[in-house]
Amino acid sequence: MSEVREFKIWRGNSSGGAMVAYQTQVDEGMVVLDAIHKIQAESAGDMAVRWNCKAGKCGSCSMEINGMPKLACMTRMNDYQPNEVINCRPMKSFPVIKDLVTDVSWNYQQNKKITPLKPKARDKDGNYRMMQEDVDRIQEFRKCIECYLCQNTCHVIRDHQQESRFVGPRFMIRLASLEMHPLDTADRIPAIKNEYGSGLCNITKCCTAVCPEHIQITDNAIIPLKERVVDRYYDPIMWIKRKLFSAKKN
Amino acid sequence: MEHTLRRFNFLQGHRTDFWWVEPAMVLVGLSLFIVYATWAAFQGNHYYTVSYLSPFYSPLIYVKTGVAGSAPLWHSLLGAWPSWWPDFLPASPALLILIFPGLFRFTCYYYRGAYYKAFAGSPPACAVGAVPQKKYQGETLLLLFQNLHRYALYMALLYLLILGADAIASFVYESQIGFGIGSIVLLINPILLGLYTLGCHSFRHLVGGRKDCFSCAGAGSINGVYRKVSWMNRNHKLFAWLSLFWVGFSDLYVRLVSMGIINDWNTWGV
Repeated sequence: MSEVREFKIWRGNSSGGAMVAYQTQVDEGMVVLDAIHKIQAESAGDMAVRWNCKAGKCGSCSMEINGMPKLACMTRMNDYQPNEVINCRPMKSFPVIKDLVTDVSWNYQQNKKITPLKPKARDKDGNYRMMQEDVDRIQEFRKCIECYLCQNTCHVIRDHQQESRFVGPRFMIRLASLEMHPLDTADRIPAIKNEYGSGLCNITKCCTAVCPEHIQITDNAIIPLKERVVDRYYDPIMWIKRKLFSAKKN
Repeated sequence: MEHTLRRFNFLQGHRTDFWWVEPAMVLVGLSLFIVYATWAAFQGNHYYTVSYLSPFYSPLIYVKTGVAGSAPLWHSLLGAWPSWWPDFLPASPALLILIFPGLFRFTCYYYRGAYYKAFAGSPPACAVGAVPQKKYQGETLLLLFQNLHRYALYMALLYLLILGADAIASFVYESQIGFGIGSIVLLINPILLGLYTLGCHSFRHLVGGRKDCFSCAGAGSINGVYRKVSWMNRNHKLFAWLSLFWVGFSDLYVRLVSMGIINDWNTWGV
C-alpha cells in the first residue's frame, strides 16, 4: 500500500531553524526513519539525522515525532492517520547541532559524577558470587540503550531547566542498579538526595512513558531510591533502628 | 546546558494526539470523589442499615444516637457523642476518621504523579509545557511531607483490618448468618482496598525492596512476598481507581438503602 505522505522536518542549527515541508512515497511496513532516509536521498542530501542500528537497540535516532519523544526507527508510519502530516523535530532539551541531531554530551558528564561499583571482598576461593534472584531487579536497568528520550522528556530538565540539580531518569536508573547491587558497598544515598536531586522528581512517569525498552524507570528505580532516602533522612523508626543495629547497607 | 529550542509556555506543545484526555479524566474523577466524600462525611446520618456500616464512617469512634440511619451505640469504640465537639461542625463520625485514608491517598506515589499533572500542571502531560515556576523545587521544601507516606500506610493497613471485620460483620444480622447485596458490596470493598494498599510503593520497599540481597541469610522468603507485592504494584493505578470508586459506591449504597430509596435484597428479609 504505497502512498505519498507529507512531512515537516525541523531544519537548522544552534542559531535557530524552521520546519521545512517534504513529500515522499511511503511503502507498507516503513518506519519514520525509513521515510527520513528517503527524503534525504531524494530532496535533502544535507539533512542531518543520527542513526545506526534501525532496530531500536542503539538509541541514536531519538527525536520528537508529532510532539512525542520517540525513536524514529521504532515508530511505524501506519501508527498515524493516512492524511496526517508527520512532524519531526530534534530533542527539545538538548542543544541542536544540526537539523535532527542534538548534543547529548551533558548526559555523559552526569554519568561521570556517579560513584562506580565498589565491590565487597572476594570469597575465599577468589570468586564473586551472586544469586540470580538478587540481580533480577537490576537486570531490567541494564536494558537501557541510552537514547536519552527519558532525559529529554523529564520536565525537571525540559521545562524547569534544573539540569545542574538533577541527574535525570537515565542516571537514577544507573544509581538504582548500583545501590541495589548485592556486591556493592558504596553509600550513595546522601548524594542521591543532595547532589543527584531525587527530591526534584515528582513522579509523573513521563520517563517511563517514553522508554523504548519499557523499563519501569519510576516504579522500579526512582521511587525505590526515594524510599531509601526516606529510610535515611525522614523516617524516625528507621533512624532508631540504624542507631541500634548500625546497619549502613541493607 | 544551552537549550536551542524555545521553552514551551503552559499547555503548549507539539503533540497531535489527545494528550489532555487522561489528565482531564483524573481531574474530573478525583474532583467528583472529593466532592461526594466531603458531602457524605458532613451528613452524619444514613451511614448504617441492616448490618452494613459505610466505609466512610468506619471505625466508629463515637456515635450520636437518635440520628436517622445511625449505628447502635454498641458499635462505637468510645461510646456516645462527646460534649466537647464544637457546635459549628456536624456530629459526624466520618469527620474523626477520614483524615487517615485521605492522607494515604494524598501521599500515594500514583496519585501524586496524577494530581501534579491534572491539578498542578506540573506538567499537564508528557512533553507539554508545565506551569512556569521561578525556581522549581519538586518534592523538596513545601512537599517534603510526601516522604511520610509510609506512616499513612501504617494507618491504611489498620483500616484494612477494620473494613475487613466490617465486611464479615455484614454477613450477620441479629445473630443470624446470611447475606445481602450490601454484604457483597462491603466484601468487595476491602478486597479492592487490599489490592491497592498492599501494592503501595512504600509497602513494597518495606517488605523487601530495601534489601540488596534476597538470598542472604536472614532474608527468608522475602523474595516471594516481594514478588507478590510487586505484581500488585504493577497494577497500582488500576487498583487505586477501582478501590476509590468502590469505597464511594459502598457509602452510596448504604446511604440509599438507609434512606429507603432502594431496597437491599437479603436473606434476612429486612
